[in-house]
Amino acid sequence: MAEVPDELMYSQEHEWVAGPVEPESVVTVGITEYAAAALGDVVYVEAPQVGDTVTAGQVCGELESTKAVSELYSPVTGVVVEVNGALADSPELINADAYGEGWILKVTVTAPAKALLTAEQYSAITE
Amino acid sequence: MTSSPPATAARLSPLHERHEALGAALTDFAGWSMPVRYSSEVAEHHAVRTAAGVFDVSHMGQIHVTGPGAAAALDHALTARVGAVGVGRAKYALLCAPDGGVLDDVIVYRVLADSFLVVANAGNAPLVARELAARCAGFACEVADASDGSALIAVQGPRARDAVLALTRGGGDDLVAGLRYYASAPVVAEGGIPVTVARTGYTGEDGYEVFCSAHDAPAVWDAVLRHGGPTGAVPCGLAARDSLRLEAGMPLYGRELTSRTTPAEAGLGWAVALEDSAGGPRDFVGAPALAAAAARVASWREDPTAAPADARVLVGLVGDGRRAARTGYPVLDEDGALVGEVTSGAPSPTLGRQIALAYAHPRVAAEGTAVAVDVRGRREEMSVCALPFYRRPREGGGRTEDAGHG
Repeated sequence: MAEVPDELMYSQEHEWVAGPVEPESVVTVGITEYAAAALGDVVYVEAPQVGDTVTAGQVCGELESTKAVSELYSPVTGVVVEVNGALADSPELINADAYGEGWILKVTVTAPAKALLTAEQYSAITE
Repeated sequence: MTSSPPATAARLSPLHERHEALGAALTDFAGWSMPVRYSSEVAEHHAVRTAAGVFDVSHMGQIHVTGPGAAAALDHALTARVGAVGVGRAKYALLCAPDGGVLDDVIVYRVLADSFLVVANAGNAPLVARELAARCAGFACEVADASDGSALIAVQGPRARDAVLALTRGGGDDLVAGLRYYASAPVVAEGGIPVTVARTGYTGEDGYEVFCSAHDAPAVWDAVLRHGGPTGAVPCGLAARDSLRLEAGMPLYGRELTSRTTPAEAGLGWAVALEDSAGGPRDFVGAPALAAAAARVASWREDPTAAPADARVLVGLVGDGRRAARTGYPVLDEDGALVGEVTSGAPSPTLGRQIALAYAHPRVAAEGTAVAVDVRGRREEMSVCALPFYRRPREGGGRTEDAGHG
């Protein structure tokens, strides 16, 4: 069973968010273990660039696995302040450590959270 | 998400419980619930190239054609002179429609002089059984679809032989040891289980396929993994099976082969015996259309500039971009003109490059031609290369192998 850390928030599109989702705060975003397992071995990550605006619920990038391509949705609205450079050479970090080394981007939040799920709620939809 | 949970009506393999116990991610494939991966498909792929992988391919069709007229019937029904193979040998052949379109690709094993086993792709098994029954109707033989009740376990890789010898120790392992490529023998596996072992496969590695009853499949599976485990054999799913066959340049029905492709375009002219032993035209279903297609494609290859705009031949593409070419992506020439379409593509775990099969116009089919693939709106540069992408290293005295199957 994939891990679902209690302290994180989650989106319907299988992203996790670390940090308080309120304006001015910086949150970290990645995809869940459940999503990484479903994708299979990730071979390429296309993330937004620093300075890009992202909108909650909208596509902001792509994750390519050996078999297929999946869209990356942003779970929050804000401005990208950092992108995980390690994923360029080691996209498999997403499979190995989805909640840690496999983080994808950091965003300065500009709008309050909408429709994010608690760990319990996310576990329920992935059961 | 990429893998879809199987529909409740999906058929279950006789090894389904084993896959669940191993924690396999399951997917729907041709109406069957089959393992797509057990751990990491890249790890499984590497295991087959360096040790051994064990695949459940029980979903494939198994059709028996038996009787004194079976050889002649299959010669008539299929593109290859299957009736000419000796007992205990096998042959790759195509089932084509009268217009030359490919309906399935199969391997036919001659089990006894008057008994043949046709192994068809899972999705095509009922159609192949029906077509064979219809085509064999005028001959002294019977066609029986034995797909239900049968199982097939593929053991592929440099260490596969050790595992299969151990599996059949004391029950015919000497016969297994002597099996040449594309040969088979009925033997007895551990526990007294009757199996047929064939030296065939779909990965580009040395390997074997073990035929048994559905009832015996779990015991055979357990024994293979037990014997192979110490030398690195692992269960492998359909994802690894696909990346392995792609590296080996092998076609997959539904991608490189469809009812709208002829063997000549797919580079499978070698599997079509247009002539009989006397050198005259051989009479079989689709022969006139296939002869015309072969001549047409030959003329394209000789003079690509004279080929019509919609002429297409199968090519291999290789590239070093960050993103893979995938099924359906357009292939463009250096000026950006559309010259073809990708049929299969993925990152190659063994080569560390992007590889793809594509149908492209003959004028860009020469090895080394620079092309581009439109990958979701951006050009990725690739070049045409010879097939297969990967050829396994041979020890001295290696066997010969026809291109495109293995």
